[in-house]
Parts: sequence; C-alpha cells; structure tokens
Amino acid sequence: MSNTPQTLFDKIWDSHVVKRQEGYPDVVFIDRHFIHEVTSPQAFDGLRKRGAKVFNINRTTATADHNVPTKDQHLPIREALSRHQVEKLRENCKEFGIELYDLLHPFQGIVHVIGPELGITQPGMTIVCGDSHTSTHGAFGNVAFGIGTSEVEQVLTTQCIIQSKPKKMLIEVNGTLEKGVTAKDLILYIIAKISAAGATGYFVEYAGEAIRNLTMEGRMTVCNMSIEMGARGGMIAPDEVTFDYMRGRRFAPQGEDFDRKVEEWKQLKTDEGAHFDVVLTFDAADIKPMITYGTNPGMGIGVTDHVPTLEEIPTTEQPSFQKSLNYMGLQPGESLLGKAIDYVFIGSCTNARIEDLREVAEFVKGKQKAAGIEVWIVPGSNQVAEQARAEGLDKVFEGAGFELRGPGCSACLGMNEDKVPAGKYAVSTSNRNFEGRQGPGARTLLVSPLTAAVAAVTGKVGDIRELV
Amino acid sequence: MAKETITKLTSQAAPLPIENIDTDQIIPARFLKATTREGFGDNLFRDWRYNADDTLKTDFVLNDPTYKAARILVAGKNFGMGSSREHAAWAIHDYGFSVVISSFFADIFRNNSLNNFVLPVQVSDEFLAKTFAVIEADTQAQITVDLESQQVTLPDGTTTSFEINPYKKNCLMNGYDDIDYLISLRAEIEAFQSSRA
Repeated sequence: MSNTPQTLFDKIWDSHVVKRQEGYPDVVFIDRHFIHEVTSPQAFDGLRKRGAKVFNINRTTATADHNVPTKDQHLPIREALSRHQVEKLRENCKEFGIELYDLLHPFQGIVHVIGPELGITQPGMTIVCGDSHTSTHGAFGNVAFGIGTSEVEQVLTTQCIIQSKPKKMLIEVNGTLEKGVTAKDLILYIIAKISAAGATGYFVEYAGEAIRNLTMEGRMTVCNMSIEMGARGGMIAPDEVTFDYMRGRRFAPQGEDFDRKVEEWKQLKTDEGAHFDVVLTFDAADIKPMITYGTNPGMGIGVTDHVPTLEEIPTTEQPSFQKSLNYMGLQPGESLLGKAIDYVFIGSCTNARIEDLREVAEFVKGKQKAAGIEVWIVPGSNQVAEQARAEGLDKVFEGAGFELRGPGCSACLGMNEDKVPAGKYAVSTSNRNFEGRQGPGARTLLVSPLTAAVAAVTGKVGDIRELV
Repeated sequence: MAKETITKLTSQAAPLPIENIDTDQIIPARFLKATTREGFGDNLFRDWRYNADDTLKTDFVLNDPTYKAARILVAGKNFGMGSSREHAAWAIHDYGFSVVISSFFADIFRNNSLNNFVLPVQVSDEFLAKTFAVIEADTQAQITVDLESQQVTLPDGTTTSFEINPYKKNCLMNGYDDIDYLISLRAEIEAFQSSRA
C-alpha cells in the first residue's frame, strides 16, 4: 500500500482494475450492471452470435422504462416499435436468465430510480448502464457511468469494461442554500457556470457544506446531471445521510451485516491532500432558482436574470447562440419571468422521486392548475407511485387538476406518447433541453420541481422565493 | 465479409459548423426503437434534414448534392454531447462517414465511435476554423486522414497531428474487437471476482 493520499474515485477505480498495462485502457470489473430495453437488444445479439452466456446474472438488473406508456400500463403497448423493443427485452432476459422488473412489477421504474430505492446501489461499487444518467448512482459514493451498447455487450459477456481512466475534478459548494433553492438549482447553476462541456474528460467529486446538507434524493439529482457538463460521472462520499437512506432497503444488507458494511463504507472518502486535476469552488448563497433558456443545459440563468445579450457572448459562439434562441423563440436580453408556458412535466430520473412529489404537493395543495396548460406528473417508479398514494399526494394532485401517471422516462425524451407539440413551451424537471428532446419542435425550460409547481398553478415562469 | 478497418482516407468533407451538437440531434430518441444496428443512417440528423412532413430541407448540408462524396464530417466543438446512445455512432457510420473532425468530443460518443469504426479526430480550434475555411473556398477540397501517422492534411499541405489510444488505434487498423480481448482475460476476471467475494 502506498501512503500517497488518494481520492475516493482513485480508491474505487483502482480497486476494480483487473488488468492495467502500458498503452492499453484499464480493464475494469463492474459490480452492478443495469439494463433497459433501448440500449440492450443489439448487445444480446452479440452474445448470441458468439454463443456466449451472461457472465454473472446476479450482477445484472433489468427494467423497462424508456418506451413505456404512462397511461393504461396494463394494456399491450399500442405503439408497435415500442412494444417490440419491450418484448425483445422480455425474450432476452428469459433466454439469458436475467431477472426483469417488467411493466406492472412492483419494482418497475426508471432504472436510476429503482437501483437506489431497492438498495441495489451501494457505496464503493462500480456501476454501469447503457444510459448517460447512470451518474445518478454516484450519490452513494460509487464510480457509476453511462456506456454505449458495445460496452453493454462487453459487460454482459465478461463483467468488465475497457476504459481509459478519466481525470479528476473536485467541485466544492460552501455555505447554505436560500429557501426555495434546491439541489436542481445548485446543479443547473454549476453547469451554467462551467458550460455543457466544462467537465468533459473528468470524473467529479462533489463536496462542501451545501452538498453535505442535501438529502440523498437531492444528492442523486446533483450527480444525475454531472453528464450535462460533460463529466464521465459524479460522486459524493457516503455519510450518515447515505446510511440512513439505505437501512432496511430491499436488497441492502440487513441487520448486523448492514452495521458491518457501514463501518467499511465509512472508509470511503478522499484522503486529506489527495490530488485533483481541477478544483472548483462555489458559494451556495449565490445560487437562485434556475431556469434554462437555450438548447443545452449550460444555457441557464437565475429566474430573475435576463437571457444574455449578444454582446455578452464570445463572437465565435454567437451563431450557435443565435440558432439556439431562434429555436426557442426567445430574444437576447429577454427576461423569462412572467413568460406564459404551455406544458409542465414533473418527472424523469432527475426529479421523480418521492421527495420531489412531496415538495410539489405541499406547494400546490389547495391551489388549482392554471387555465389552458397541461400538467403531467410521472413518478420515477411504481414504489414512488405507491408511496405517493399512501401519503394522499395523488388526491392533492387530482384536486389541483393534475394527472398522476404511471412510471417511466416519459416526456423527458418522448420515446412514448408523451410528447410536447412543436413550438410549445414546456417547463420541465428533466435534464435536457436539446432541440426536439421532448418532441419535434418542443421548447424546453429546465427547472426544479418547486419552480415547475409555480408554473403549474400560475401558467407562467415565476420566482418561488416570493411564494414560500 | 472482410473485417472492417481504418487506415488512411482521402475524401471530400461535409461541414457542420455548429457547436455542441448533441446525440439527440444526431439521432432523435424516437428513432432508437430498432433492435438491430442497421438502417440508422436514414435518420441521421433527422430533424435538421427533414421537415415535419418528411420533405427534405434543401438548405441542410447533407441534402446538398455538392457534398455527396463526403466520407468525413467536420463539426463544431463539443460534438456528440448528451445521451450515451451508440445509435449516434451507428447512424454516422451507416450514412457513410468514417471520420468526424472536431475541436472537442464528448467522452461517451468518442468511445462509441471508436467501437464502430468511426474515427474521432480532435484538432485545435484554429485548425478546425481553417478546415471550415478551406471547405468554404472549395467544396470539393480533399482532406487526408492518416491513422498510422495520426495526421490530418489539408489540400494546401497544412498538417496537424491527433491523439488516439495506442490500443484503440491497433483495433481500428486491424479490425480487432474489444470483446475478443476481454474474453482472452476470462481466467483473470474469474479470479478477480472470486477474490472479491
């Protein structure tokens, strides 16, 4: 053992390297592999072609989430191609012996929501999935990252992945967040500061008082959006908040085993003096409720700020900036406060957990949906939906005129029927505002669940701080 | 079928001088529903190439017959950000591009490209600007990308080098597969797994 101080990332990555040789990327062992219907079928074809088996079915978890309808989940999927993809997942899981949390299964849901809530996601692991938001699991002190389908095939076949070790970035957020400012605002703020490519090539560790003070669900929101600044992944060292969240979860260690594990997990932290390639520091007090105005998540502002003027944008970037604003139907220098919107989507692997729904319900209780807009509330999983019903949140939503739907990725990427029509403005708690992301021509404004709740009852972009 | 390889390519290039092109633009999510790797080229840059009624947008570069022989795509910085969908690399490959030149690539897209015989060539902002200028001056300009020497050469002889992991270079030049390599390590992987139990 060397005495050189190490980062948490180094500790986990290096302890999972099966083979390291000069001129080669590392061969990294993967503890947990999540799969879903969209990025796995071609990988299974590869296994069949080679006559290979899945290396370890007990390290593989499957669910259907991207394509699934959020209404009438008990009926066959209407859209033929979506149905085919979900059926293909069923066939593949059956053929290769992988357990599948299929539609209507009590554990079904968005892959990055169910892993943590079932206690499958545990500190110190390497976790991959054919989905870029796999970074979510890093909130538990994991090295978790999204991969392509060829890599899904590598992991299914050998439980390993060939991967160059990324550089390391530390992002510290000191101080405390103002009331009404949430984990989502914190991460949208950081992305706006460093751009959608600001962390490309790096694995990020988040630290500092404002991060420590977040709940587990808030930490997941932060790590989830690491990819939106280009990072390979994001992680937060585990602490009592982590252990309290995990205790008693379905697949977490139980009883004395759990207590023993906690002692191990407490060692998972960056050593004093460990080297990061980049260190960034932010002050939580500077963060306002955030909203995006453009077509990548780095194009964000405080809700009370104005869209940058052309002069504020470097000359070389002005054509892309202008293209983006044209798509959004916005003007340079415009304020978004009071802007009328058409749709509100509360959902996605970023913000569809029970705390998100509770926050929204608490705000909208006794209020009514604004006239002329649509509000979709899509829980992250069946367990979230169940819990929401147990707490009566469904009644609050119904009372306000909202619709609580079945779980899935839904309008975050519009692979199912939940699409925002061309030209319409959608205030969304999801993670991407790319052109056409929520439907061809749809215009997405990314916000926190609280800011989405304000839009749902007022029909406009508003400042939550004036209402709480 | 012979194994696919990449060694040296001289071709016309199609310019896409837009920054931060995300994988949702390269291939929108609604076209990810196929369960094979073929046919994604038809929907490459779907919403930039086609109008809502499926007619061609004549002002988009890929619909301009001038560039029909291009096997190199030249794009603004931070190409391929966003979703991990390998379908983006499949679409680019299926359309007929073997090389993408940009001044910056997103990590997952870079890996996906290398796994699908699409070579991501990262050059400086200055060299990228010069490349766009060369194409603008002569749409038929022939650009050479040589993987062996890791160099890009413009028609006037301007050359720059690019980086690639030596292992991946070897894979591309010889048509090797990551999974063959991993399978060759099976005993080591099993021993590793047992040691962690």
